[in-house]
Amino acid sequence: MIRTAMDQPAPSEPSLPEIDHQRAVFADGLVLECGTRLARLEVAYRTYGHLNAEKTNAILICHALTGDQYVAETQPITGKPGWWDMVVGPGLPIDTDRFFVISTNVLGGCMGTTGPRSPRDDGPGLWGTDFPPVTIKDMVSAQKLLIDHFGIARLFAVIGGSMGGMQVLQWAASFPDMVFAAVPIATAAYHSAQNIAFNEVGRQSIFADPDWEGGRYWESGKVPARGLGVARMVAHITYLSEEALTRKFGRRVRPGRELTMFGDMFEVQSYLHHQGSTFVRRFDANSYLTITRATDFFDLAEEHGGSLAAAFSGSRTRFCLISFSSDWLYPTAESRAIARALNGAAANVSFVEIASDKGHDAFLLDEPDFHRALAGFLSGCAEHAGLP
Amino acid sequence: MDGAVPPDGVRYVAKNMRLDLRLIADMIAPGSRVLDIGCGEGTLIDHLYRTKGCDARGIEIDMAEVTRAVVHGLPVMHGDADNDLAQYPDGAFDYVVLSRTLQAVERPREVLRQMLRIGRSALVSFPNFGHWKVRWQLLWSGRMPMTSVWARPWHETPNIHPCTIRDFFMLCAEEGYVVEKWLAVDDAGQRSPWRRAAGMANLFGEQALFQLRRK
Repeated sequence: MIRTAMDQPAPSEPSLPEIDHQRAVFADGLVLECGTRLARLEVAYRTYGHLNAEKTNAILICHALTGDQYVAETQPITGKPGWWDMVVGPGLPIDTDRFFVISTNVLGGCMGTTGPRSPRDDGPGLWGTDFPPVTIKDMVSAQKLLIDHFGIARLFAVIGGSMGGMQVLQWAASFPDMVFAAVPIATAAYHSAQNIAFNEVGRQSIFADPDWEGGRYWESGKVPARGLGVARMVAHITYLSEEALTRKFGRRVRPGRELTMFGDMFEVQSYLHHQGSTFVRRFDANSYLTITRATDFFDLAEEHGGSLAAAFSGSRTRFCLISFSSDWLYPTAESRAIARALNGAAANVSFVEIASDKGHDAFLLDEPDFHRALAGFLSGCAEHAGLP
Repeated sequence: MDGAVPPDGVRYVAKNMRLDLRLIADMIAPGSRVLDIGCGEGTLIDHLYRTKGCDARGIEIDMAEVTRAVVHGLPVMHGDADNDLAQYPDGAFDYVVLSRTLQAVERPREVLRQMLRIGRSALVSFPNFGHWKVRWQLLWSGRMPMTSVWARPWHETPNIHPCTIRDFFMLCAEEGYVVEKWLAVDDAGQRSPWRRAAGMANLFGEQALFQLRRK
């Protein structure tokens, strides 16, 4: 049904444009948690601001599932502003006049870091679905290589929302002495059954698209646009809230539309179709499969005998957990569970829920209380760290 | 809006602090680890960090106050005395502070136990329900007392567990806590002439402050 109803992508949607992303190359590769060794690792990144002489003012920003390293500048494929240009910049909450901001594309991504679109180690062609299963911890290991490459011994802060928040938690657990402050936003310490279930719908939708071609769509130059588009539509619903959808669209009908069986009549339908069709022009389906699987695998307590508090035992990192009241994808209860685990480790914790009706996406949107809390926390930490 | 936050940081100074907070601050040794339960926007923890170099943290139930505290860069988390103390390890703090909150918690006895489990010392302040004005009003009018300290009607007050200074002494005895220091003050901060006599303090003290430790 969706086939006839959806705004049809061009029959042969061109694959993602090749862009010369800024990259660091690690010739020694990376051993992944699954045991596979990537012989060659490339990490695409961007930086903003200036690293001070002591190298103590660096902030690493970790992006969410479909984010990228273009945090505060034009995204080269879409031509749209960076995904956090309201938060990162001169005089903004993450003030690039004070801090040196680093952002990377995650391992398994499709914006320049090694992933399913990269040439395979063991023969000709691309990795595709043969790309080894990566984890949030592997993503952090790749980022750490880049931080070491910069000669930064300790990050002033690691900040990220959603899947980015999982990376923040993993950073704080794996390298506590390298993280002065950690800001996990709208996130969780493990993926719930509901989180996994929604991801599975997205993956099955990609698998079901004949243009996916068993994961080898890049050989014929096709893109599984319908499958990836539907995956995005489902996911996008989970990023919003019922209140936000009602406020934006309600039951409004598109002007001039007559009642047909499957045409998009309601405004919310065409909005979702738009979200799906624009997404497939900037994101790779196999990357989507790889990264959603990494989030599903995530369970920080598991590697510490089931105790999340043990993951942060002895931590001297200053934490600031931020959740949003209408986020049902990573609800406040998940952040509260992390805060309590941090209390169990007697760690230094700030934890605030921001009142918002915008759902999970609120961390990407204009939420003044959120931005002030983030700025205030960082200023307080800068004082404790002795930064100007 | 309820959660509105002033855009620029206003720093608190001791002279603006509530009387009981000033008295509590005087009892805390420099450089110690402090947890302030019901810390509001973090006045006391900010003061303890700035003037005594303490590692002071807070828990607050009102989200608007938590937001204000975090905006000021203070380590405050949303939580409450009844549900958010059990997670801390034993002896995590030198002092655990509960100011003017004991009467509003669900299980005061359990909260005190937790405070003295996670802290070496507990500092507890509460409004004294044994004050003569409270007694007089109940006796004279036969209605629930309303004073400047007990300012909300019975059906709206969050203070579900009021107690008197005598009651609190009894509870400490039952639980086997050592009262290291105690004092009672009226709203103007006057302590004498009844500063050492519990019966007099129970009649004339509007607020009480106790420092407890385990035996």
